[in-house]
Amino acid sequence: MKRLIPMWIAIIAGFAMLFSAFFPHTESWGEVFGNIFNVVAAIAFVLGAGSLAKINLAKVSRRDAGWGYAAITLICFAVTLFVGLGKIGVHPNPNPQFAALAWSGEKNSEGSVFGWIYKYGLVPITSTMFALLAFYVASAAFRAFRAKNIEAILLLSTAFIILLGRTFAGVVLTGWLPEWASGLRLENLSVYIMQVFNTAGNRAIIIGIALGVAATSLRILLGVDRSWMGSRD
Amino acid sequence: MIASSASVIAAPTPPSSVTATDVPWDSGGSVTVSWISSVAGSNGLVQAQWRIERREIINDQLTAEIVWIKVADVPADQMSFDAVKLALDHAHVFRVSAVDAQGVGSPSSESAPVFAARNFFVGTKIQLFLGILIVSACVIICILRARAGHPVKIRRIAALDAVDEAVGRATEMGRSILFVAGIQDMDNIQTVAGITVLGHVAKTAAEYDATIEVPTSRSLVMEAAREAVQASYMAAGRSDSYNQDLIRYITDEQFGFVAYVSGRMVREKPATCFYMGCFFAESLILAETGNSIGAIQIAGTAESSQLPFFVAACDYTLIGEEFFAASAYLSREPDQMGSLKGQDFGKLIAGTLIVIGAVLATCVALWPTSAMSSALSFLKGALGS
Repeated sequence: MKRLIPMWIAIIAGFAMLFSAFFPHTESWGEVFGNIFNVVAAIAFVLGAGSLAKINLAKVSRRDAGWGYAAITLICFAVTLFVGLGKIGVHPNPNPQFAALAWSGEKNSEGSVFGWIYKYGLVPITSTMFALLAFYVASAAFRAFRAKNIEAILLLSTAFIILLGRTFAGVVLTGWLPEWASGLRLENLSVYIMQVFNTAGNRAIIIGIALGVAATSLRILLGVDRSWMGSRD
Repeated sequence: MIASSASVIAAPTPPSSVTATDVPWDSGGSVTVSWISSVAGSNGLVQAQWRIERREIINDQLTAEIVWIKVADVPADQMSFDAVKLALDHAHVFRVSAVDAQGVGSPSSESAPVFAARNFFVGTKIQLFLGILIVSACVIICILRARAGHPVKIRRIAALDAVDEAVGRATEMGRSILFVAGIQDMDNIQTVAGITVLGHVAKTAAEYDATIEVPTSRSLVMEAAREAVQASYMAAGRSDSYNQDLIRYITDEQFGFVAYVSGRMVREKPATCFYMGCFFAESLILAETGNSIGAIQIAGTAESSQLPFFVAACDYTLIGEEFFAASAYLSREPDQMGSLKGQDFGKLIAGTLIVIGAVLATCVALWPTSAMSSALSFLKGALGS
């Protein structure tokens, strides 16, 4: 029964979403199941928050290595939850649409503590993480483009053309080529590679993905694949 | 010159025969308005554009206060327009006016009232619907054949064959296995596919007595992962080894999640890392960190923009459809293997259509005959492109 009920929920919701895409009279079914999913996800967040608190509290109480970071996590979590739910700083600047109601303003509106934490705490930190990506790209490119065999040499050459073709250096290097050979100019070669070879390869992958999604969805809708619930039984 | 000036100064003539018809086979809310220019021979060149207006009829009565709402201004050479996002429960009446340098001219006579009705089926999606039906039929037929005992041959997928080796390595080294099921929720099919792979990996880990850690960026994914791992441990007869605290929720925030996982990888140095699900910019950060600690890494995603990063930084990568085939490949259940065969038929159909289209397009370019062009147009129309 523990497996049967989720399987039937998945089957009914799946078919409802499928029908709502093609049959206009069932459009609302998709919205209904979408809303139900959002409600379930919101309820599940309590479980997630519980897990976060439990694991970090255990770490602090056991004085595990790095327990200080766990303590900081818990403090930040509690503070953000408190200022977000309490809409600290929002009231007395309520939403003019509901002026009579306290706490009716947006939690991240101008002047709110939650908005301040988001703007001056979270955004800079996440931007920093994102900025690190440039270094990871450089190190991955260095390894991927080592000319160790024919395929790697082809990859390296293609990457070189694309990189140069996207910069002013590429235009300057091959700008002297006459008009009848303009197709060999790096900027044009770069566009040609991206539009023909890259698009062809990408589309082949995308067709495979689309068929894979269809087959996987069908396996779930027909109850053939139940491993997403943990087992077939 | 005088005649030209006179035609500009004169009030723009309204069009005639304004008709409004419901767009057939749509999801409702759309009406096609068409009209005929009254300026004989000029095809509307006098005025700069046409102004289309509408009003609603509520309860079979024209609204007490007649308010015409501007729908759009369209170029003078356009003689029809699709009005969208109209209310379904009211009839609509349209009129059209010519607009020139002098301003808006007198409006045309009103069109007959029309309902923007909702139809039974969305006609523009017929190709997609038929495609799904054909692929589904292929998959179901192949599943039934597999159930009947017909053997299904499936090509080797190195990344999936390496799962046992990767888990065994972690066991030998006495280190943990890290499994990341993407950063999307359970409504994403890639996350579902990732959880199915997790079930198989967890079962192998349970049999080898290895530790598997699953940080998640969504609470629902955490719950689903716990169910999958617990069931796998039970199936392996090692339910006592299951520790639900190893499957934990971190944060919904993309880079907060990646910061935690990367930090964890650097500190704990897992021997094996699996990345199976939907990834975005964090894919390379995770894979490069895993590479730097010397972990054996197996990735799988259907995000084509992230595939190059995984290919560059991981030992094995499941590319697109291979990722969705993983559950069937690892379980070797006839039903699931049959579905893969059906998927191959879908690929065969897609490949055949691509070859026919490419040959036709080449022929049209080299020998542009009307028959060839018609055939190509028919194929494009049939495929909805």
